[in-house]
Amino acid sequence: MTSNIYDFSTLTGQIHTWLSGLMSPGWVTFTEFVLVGLVFLLAYALLGLFLVYAERKVCAFMQNRVGPNRVGKWGIIQTIADLIKLLLKELIPIRKSDPFLFNLAPFIVIICSFLAMAAIPYAKGLQAIDFNIGVFYVMAVSSLSVVGILLAGWSSNSKYSLIGAMRSGAQIVSYELSVGLSLLSIIVFAGTMQLSGIVESQANGWWIFKGHIPAVISFIIFLIASTAEINRGPFDLAEAESELTAGFHTEYSGIKFAFFFLAEYMNMFIVSAIAATVFLGGWMPLHIGNWEGFNQIMDYIPSIIWFIGKTFFVIWVIMWFKWTFPRLRIDQLLTLEWKYLLPISLFNIILIAFIVLMGWHF
Amino acid sequence: MSEEIIKDVIIGENEEYIVNMGPQHPSTHGVLRLEVCLKGETVKYLIPHIGYIHRGIEKMTEALTYPQIIHLTDRMDYLSAHINNEAVCLVVEDAMQIEVPERVKYIRTILDELNRLASHQLWWSAFGMDLGALTTFFYGLRDREYILDIFEESFGSRLLHSFVMPGGLMHDIHPNFQKRTKEFITYFRKKLPEYDQLLTGNVIFHNRSKGIGYMSKETAIGYGVTGPSGRGSGFSCDIRKIAPYGAYDKVQFNEILETEGDTFARYQVRMREMWESLNIIEQLIDNIPEGDYTAKMKPIIKLPAGEYFRRVETARGELAVYVVSDGNKSPYRMRFRTPNFSNLFVMNEIAKGCKIADLIAISGSLDLVIPDIDR
Repeated sequence: MTSNIYDFSTLTGQIHTWLSGLMSPGWVTFTEFVLVGLVFLLAYALLGLFLVYAERKVCAFMQNRVGPNRVGKWGIIQTIADLIKLLLKELIPIRKSDPFLFNLAPFIVIICSFLAMAAIPYAKGLQAIDFNIGVFYVMAVSSLSVVGILLAGWSSNSKYSLIGAMRSGAQIVSYELSVGLSLLSIIVFAGTMQLSGIVESQANGWWIFKGHIPAVISFIIFLIASTAEINRGPFDLAEAESELTAGFHTEYSGIKFAFFFLAEYMNMFIVSAIAATVFLGGWMPLHIGNWEGFNQIMDYIPSIIWFIGKTFFVIWVIMWFKWTFPRLRIDQLLTLEWKYLLPISLFNIILIAFIVLMGWHF
Repeated sequence: MSEEIIKDVIIGENEEYIVNMGPQHPSTHGVLRLEVCLKGETVKYLIPHIGYIHRGIEKMTEALTYPQIIHLTDRMDYLSAHINNEAVCLVVEDAMQIEVPERVKYIRTILDELNRLASHQLWWSAFGMDLGALTTFFYGLRDREYILDIFEESFGSRLLHSFVMPGGLMHDIHPNFQKRTKEFITYFRKKLPEYDQLLTGNVIFHNRSKGIGYMSKETAIGYGVTGPSGRGSGFSCDIRKIAPYGAYDKVQFNEILETEGDTFARYQVRMREMWESLNIIEQLIDNIPEGDYTAKMKPIIKLPAGEYFRRVETARGELAVYVVSDGNKSPYRMRFRTPNFSNLFVMNEIAKGCKIADLIAISGSLDLVIPDIDR
């Protein structure tokens, strides 16, 4: 098993003991809630800023460009400059829009992605809430964001926004099925819905390796379906720039637009984190069979590095999709889901159940 | 509040509604307004509204001398500026019965083809963008930069060069011109297969372009759709073959024809034309004859009274120039038959019943340049 040198629960335990010495148990819980909330807010903002920067650099790399390189060394502060610009911009009121829903929509979208972050195991002992139905919870909250997108499109009083929102609704609801089924296939392997349990079950090998070809198939389906679910290219029909100018957030400006923008990037982080946790072993290091020396060296790499490395690998793949492929048409998008991905994943899950029953997996 | 929105968004019965695409829209490539009637995502009909960038070029010509008119023609189809210039020069030379030196003909033809290449590269870039493949834009512009650098060195201008003058050229080409053009040919021969790797073979691209926006040969002829768009429907309309000008009668090249008539066929015509343009340039670049860069011209150009007509093949189709002269130094009336005008109005015919995304693909495959429509 992995060594305990980088276990975060020691740190959190120490903080808890220290706080318990200072105040009553009720206040300790409250303070810890506030602390965790602050840490998540900070991580959310910083990750969002970093992902925007990363996307710019990755897309520049794909397009024979340099990318941002003026503000700060290698343009690192560029996204912060953009954030300040967005904060200072005027919030343009839209005539005949529904102001309450119009203002509510970005918050729904951003809260959904924020909620999903709570259940992800970032490192050994670093997880805000360890649900016994973690996978279920993450899927439930991330699929709620479609409500925000539909509201944004509906309340904007713009036809482009409405078309974008309609597309988005059809798309997210459809692809939710494939995402669920591909995650379900790993749940069949692991026998638990608890995200920490799924990570623990991969201590001697990641599911993508242990689960034979069916696991690889579900990983690919998950990648495709989750790319569609987070409205990124080649499935970015909801905001198809060349068709609908910006789709559901055409009419938004300033920080409200920034919320959609940030939520999109954080959703990308969340699906990548789920992919890394469920298929690629989460924070578990890479272990190969009986190679004791190799396994021990791998153990010395902190678990958070493993998690971040895997997550950013998946993020990079998703970015690679976006900057290479043309966009699908709406009917082709739905055909892909209902005629190809869904039957394949249904068949796949039966296959996996069979494999698990026969005990053929490692 | 919400009822008000419904009333505002959904106009008319049958759940049909009208969307104005443009004049500010990322994929109309200019200030074109398409009034599109949609039912859900399906296009019922569309009405193009033009005139947002009308500058009255035809009327302005009546007050300008012929060398001055050259500079206006740049501003019509700015992506085939050189070819537009040449059209006017050919009319003037015809009318004045001037035989231009062989050297001029060769250089003009090379520039025509370079300009066509640059235009097709930009089209390819923008077409990929229309379909959502954002990387194509930078690949295309990267290679177009080579041509623009050659232009800049020779004519001092990258886009609107006005290099061709009645009777010849404004000045001789730069000493580096031949060397750099040859470098470009070898460079671009290597880069063109990259275009195919990135976009042409992509399965999503095939789904998005094959069978979309079918235009029959009859429709193409009926609407006067010329250039690569017409040739994608099997309409043999290459002026370079039908009525050769410049040095086109001295080179071996094929007229590219595709018979499918869909968006993919129009795409393929342009991709194959790029190879063909490279061949034409290669045949000419080493054989530019020595001689003057211009014929002897009178200081003031006056066309004898009468009517004159010439046509050339721009990157988008047939550009025809019709001049009525009353013997003065400026024309009595000048009329341009620009390719994009006809190519635009076929859209309603071929885009009916398709989805919004297809509409963008179709308008991209017709390769519209809006100032050329409005003039």
